[in-house]
Amino acid sequence: MSAEVGQFALILAFVLSLVQATTPLWGAHRGDSVLMAVGRSAAMLQAGFVTLAFGCLAVAYMAGDFSVALVAAHSNTQQPLAYRFAATWGSHEGSMLLWVLILGLYGGAVARFGGTLRETLQARVLGVQGVVGSMFLGFLLFTSNPFLRLDPAPLEGTELNPLLQDPGLVFHPPMLYMGYVGFSVAFAFSVAALIEGRVDAAWARWVRPWVLAAWVPLTIGITLGSLWAYYELGWGGWWFWDPVENASLMPWLLGTALLHSALVLERRGALVSWTILLAILTFSLSLIGTFLVRSGLLTSVHAFAVDPQRGVYILGIIAITTGAALGLYAWRAPAMRSGALFAPFSREGGITLNNLFLTALTATVFLGTFSPVFIELLRGDKISVGPPYYARTFTPLAIPLLFLSVFGPMLNWKRDALKAVALRLRVPAAIAGAVLLVGLVTVGWRHLLTGLALGLAAWLIAGALAIPIRRWWAGRAHLWRSIRTTPLSVFGLCLAHAGVGLLTLGIIGTTSWDSDKVLNMQPGQSVVFAGRTLTLEALDLSNGPNYQARQARFTVTGEGRPYNLISERRVYASSQTTEAAIHVSPLGNLYVSVGEEVGGGAVVRLWSHPLIVWIWTGGLVMALGGLVSLCDRRLRVGVAARAATPVARPVPAT
Amino acid sequence: MKRLLAFAPVVLLVAVLIGFLVGLRRDPSILPSQLIGKPLPAFNLPPLQPTQPGLASVDLKGEPMLLNVFASWCVACRIEHPTLLRLKADGVVIHGLDWKDEAADGARYLADHGDPFIRTGNDRTGRTGIDLGVSGVPETFVLDRQGRVRHRQVGPITPEVWTKTLGPLMARLRAES
Repeated sequence: MSAEVGQFALILAFVLSLVQATTPLWGAHRGDSVLMAVGRSAAMLQAGFVTLAFGCLAVAYMAGDFSVALVAAHSNTQQPLAYRFAATWGSHEGSMLLWVLILGLYGGAVARFGGTLRETLQARVLGVQGVVGSMFLGFLLFTSNPFLRLDPAPLEGTELNPLLQDPGLVFHPPMLYMGYVGFSVAFAFSVAALIEGRVDAAWARWVRPWVLAAWVPLTIGITLGSLWAYYELGWGGWWFWDPVENASLMPWLLGTALLHSALVLERRGALVSWTILLAILTFSLSLIGTFLVRSGLLTSVHAFAVDPQRGVYILGIIAITTGAALGLYAWRAPAMRSGALFAPFSREGGITLNNLFLTALTATVFLGTFSPVFIELLRGDKISVGPPYYARTFTPLAIPLLFLSVFGPMLNWKRDALKAVALRLRVPAAIAGAVLLVGLVTVGWRHLLTGLALGLAAWLIAGALAIPIRRWWAGRAHLWRSIRTTPLSVFGLCLAHAGVGLLTLGIIGTTSWDSDKVLNMQPGQSVVFAGRTLTLEALDLSNGPNYQARQARFTVTGEGRPYNLISERRVYASSQTTEAAIHVSPLGNLYVSVGEEVGGGAVVRLWSHPLIVWIWTGGLVMALGGLVSLCDRRLRVGVAARAATPVARPVPAT
Repeated sequence: MKRLLAFAPVVLLVAVLIGFLVGLRRDPSILPSQLIGKPLPAFNLPPLQPTQPGLASVDLKGEPMLLNVFASWCVACRIEHPTLLRLKADGVVIHGLDWKDEAADGARYLADHGDPFIRTGNDRTGRTGIDLGVSGVPETFVLDRQGRVRHRQVGPITPEVWTKTLGPLMARLRAES
């Protein structure tokens, strides 16, 4: 029953999205408030119906309704409830439904809360969102309908891939999608601005929070994905430069650039057409990411639901949306007001440099990801691009960006002087210098690069902390008041930049001091590894909800208090996974995975990952910074509310 | 100049999209192998563990079967692995070729994740892989009773690939006398 309700809701949402794609655009063109109001209602109703459709699918999964083909293919009654719910988006069709749901909710939010926008602008934004929404709803309905029935219905479903039965699946995809789809709002604003041929203060104020609202979940999503790969795939890597990982990194890099250029636009009204271009490109990269996962253009870990036919459809969506947007850009952007002037050495100048670096980094990843495709087309050769490429191209570009990023927040708007900035940064520079010296003494001159990298991490963290401290130092006469009146956005900035520093620290630690060891252990045997002593206590059997496990229990001493570790090999109905035992500590993780049993003992693989935990801590701190910044009052109030809204009340659903 | 520059993004996009479209047409997984309809070139590979049998080209005939090329360092293989185990449980004959890999690593990989193969050969240098025209892992060859290559699957065998292409093909091959 619920499948049919979901099916109808989805069809209604599709029809509403067609209304939303046309009426408000026509209404804005004609200056007709009634037509524009229709757009708002359509957006809100569409959000409601897509939510209903999603709810129906989720109910079908949780109730184990195997007459729905999708449910039968990706869940069974043995699975814990949380994973049956998460399986809703564990397939191609379900994840597209999640995509459409988030798109619909964002559209509804613009319709509901966009009252302070100029009416024509809001209508055009909604219209553009309607165009994107109708294409994805059409894609879902016509090529990947999630509500198809099976007849006869099987008694039991197939198992969800055990790798996906993990808390990671519950949070990672929704976060990524909120990020990907969130950039559609900035995209819609940009296209609307190009249609109108101008941007105003309200536009600039609206875009940045939306970019932040997409950037924060995307950051969390990527961080969680990396964490998930680390503990679930069983060999302790945290980033693999896999095409699909790159697909999420590209919109993140460009979104980060957008976040900064939108700041210049908001504060100073400059970089207008550049910001618009960035917004269009960021969303396009999100779409390309979707395309990559589903088309089978490249082989990847995430190669689920590969189908060239779907690839062609998504390619069509990219061609229409991005093509139209960039065409409009080519036509309209040169005539747009170019905004306030600024000296090269200024906050604006710093952010421009940041944008150049981030764009270059995005281009590097893009080339690395797609060059195999293009080289095969042009020369017929098959090549593969791996970590060595990124070590030679990405890292040399990332390091100067990291180094310079400390200067940015210290610069004044409009114009500044190098000497004054250097003076403001003397304390962080002294701290970084001290860390560099201590580092060189401890790790030795032969590891000059490690020492320099440690100095860089210290520079980043000290530089970030210097932002609020400098402010409080200036107001130290009334210290409490100056702390209390510090805008949240300052804390956000500090946290986000400090997060980058922590991330850098984690990367340095694990790339410089990683070590591993493989050996055969008997119960009772001990081994000394990376300053710790591990003893294999016992090898046992245990039962999970839908698997059997062979457990290896260890005790570890030599690192503060002794502790126990349990590493498992799980045997599911159709396959096996390795659940590594990980002891997490700020200084470094101990990662233990057990392999096959040999003559009463087992093959044990040990890794030491110094400082690795700071990689994900850094990512989450960055996201927290974004969230804090999003809560700033300045972003919520600001533009005066539109005085009266005569006719423009949403028509109630009857 | 500025006007021309504004056209750069859209021109670039068109180029990229054309590349993607042609790339999709020439999707690696539908590229046929040079070997289609021919028997595999002769090879004789050592096993992963001394106690087990190795894999030679003469082993690959008698009934329709799959030859799966994998490696312990291959991430996509881990994704494919559950499907292979399921196929084994359903009675599909699968042999494994551990490509460009140390025998010990390959053996540990199969021990960790389960062994879907009847025989497994270790192609440490990747020489046999070159003879077979392997472009990357995972790759799977579908062989008929006479040991001729009938299909080449590039990239992981997902449940979808199996139900849509490989499964029906295997059923057809079994029906052939």
